[in-house]
Amino acid sequence: MSVRHALLGLLSEGPKYGHQLRQEFEARTGDVWPLNVGQVYTTLQRLERDGLIESDDAETEGPQRDYRITEAGREELDHWLRTPPDMTEPPRDELVIKVLVALALPDVDVADLLQIHRRYLVELMQQWTRLKEDEADFDLSLALVVDAELFRLDSVIRWLDAVDGRLKRFSVEPWPAADPTAPRLRRRLAARR
Amino acid sequence: MAGCGSDGATVAAQIGGPEMSFLELRSVTKTYGDGASQVTALENISLEVERGALVAVMGPSGSGKSTLLTIAGSLEDPTEGEVLIDGARLSGMSRNDKARLRRRTIGFVFQDFNLLPGLTAAENVSLPLELDGTGARTAQATARSVLEDLGLGERAGHYPDQLSGGERQRVAIARAVIGDRHLVLADEPSGALDSANGEAVMRLILSACKRGLAAVVVTHDAQLASWADRVVFLRDGRLVDQTEPPPSPEALLHSSVEH
Repeated sequence: MSVRHALLGLLSEGPKYGHQLRQEFEARTGDVWPLNVGQVYTTLQRLERDGLIESDDAETEGPQRDYRITEAGREELDHWLRTPPDMTEPPRDELVIKVLVALALPDVDVADLLQIHRRYLVELMQQWTRLKEDEADFDLSLALVVDAELFRLDSVIRWLDAVDGRLKRFSVEPWPAADPTAPRLRRRLAARR
Repeated sequence: MAGCGSDGATVAAQIGGPEMSFLELRSVTKTYGDGASQVTALENISLEVERGALVAVMGPSGSGKSTLLTIAGSLEDPTEGEVLIDGARLSGMSRNDKARLRRRTIGFVFQDFNLLPGLTAAENVSLPLELDGTGARTAQATARSVLEDLGLGERAGHYPDQLSGGERQRVAIARAVIGDRHLVLADEPSGALDSANGEAVMRLILSACKRGLAAVVVTHDAQLASWADRVVFLRDGRLVDQTEPPPSPEALLHSSVEH
C-alpha cells in the first residue's frame, strides 16, 4: 500500500492539514488500513523534501500544518496511477508451499490438510461478509475493500478445490515422478520462447 | 482440528445447538442401486437447522449436496435415518401429508429458477397459495405485496422472459418465502448470476431468516456460503467439517482511535 501516493491523491483535491489527511486516509480505505501518526508525518516530510508537496509555514507543528500538492506531485501521482503494479513474479505463497511439502510426505492426509485451510478461509470470509450485512454504514470505499478481500480469499479456496480435484484424478492414474534435477517451470517457459 | 477427517457420527454430535431445531436430519444415509453397482450418495448425515438460522452446505459437485436438499425437502426418502420437520418425522407421513408440507411449509429455490413461463411474476409467486386453496384474489394480493418487499412491485405483471436473470431469481425467492413458510431450501441459488445479483439473492434469504425462517443453501461458491451463520462441508457424501461461529467483524477494522 503506497501511503505516499494515497496522500498525494488526497492533496490533489485541495490543500489539507496533517491531521485531516490522516482521518481522510483511514475513512477512504474503509478503516481497514490504519495509519499511525508518525507514518503520516514522516511521509509528508519526505514528499515535501522531494518537491511533490509544499507547505507555507515551516514553524507550525505537523497536525496544524497546511499542505498542498505541487505540479511535480500531480505528475508523480498520475504516473503512479497508470503504472500497473508488478505482478510478473508469482508470490512465494506459503499455502502453496505447505501443500507441496505435504504431498511429498507419506503420512499426511492431504485432503484433510486442504480442509483445515479451507475452513479457516471460509470463517475469515464469513467475518468479512458480516461487514456487508449492515448496509446503513457500508459506503463505497468500504464495499470495494471488502470485495477485494472476499475475491482474494475466494480465489485461494478455489485453488484448494482445484488441488482436491487434481489429487482425485491423479490417485486414479499416478503421475510420473518429477525429475528432481531440472527446474521444470523455467524449462517450460524457455521452451515456449 | 475437530471434526475434520473423523467419521460422520463425531461431527453429528457437534452440529446443532440446544435450541429446538426446525429441520433435523438424523443419521441419514442414501444409496442408489444395489449389489456391485450400489452407490452411496449420503452417508450418516446428521444436521440440525434452528429457526432463524442460515446454514450453507459446501462441497464439490458429486459430493451429495443436491441429494441432501431433496431429502431434507421430502422429495426423496432416505435409505436409512430420519428427517424431522418442526419435530414431525417425515417417515410417519402419507404422500398427501408430505405434499401439503411442501406446499405450506417449505420453499424451494433452484439454480434454474423454475418459474412457469406462461404465468406472470405475481401468478408464479401466488401459485403455491392457490394450490393450497387460498382464493385467487387474496393469493395475488399477497404475491404483489411480497414482490413489492423485494423491490419488484412494478414487475409483478411481467412474464419470466421479460425479466432479467436477477429479477427472475428474486421472483423465485418471493415464491419460496410467501405465505406461512418456515423453511427455505436453495440449491445453488445464484446459478449463473453475477456477483452483485448473487449477493442480492443471499440478502433476501438472510432477511427471511431474520424473520424466523430456517434456511439451507447448498453451493460450491464460498462467497455465497460466507453469508451463512454456519457452513458445513460435504465430501463424498459425508459431513466432514463445519465452521465455528465467526468472531465479530470488528476485529478486521482498526479504529483510528487506537493510534
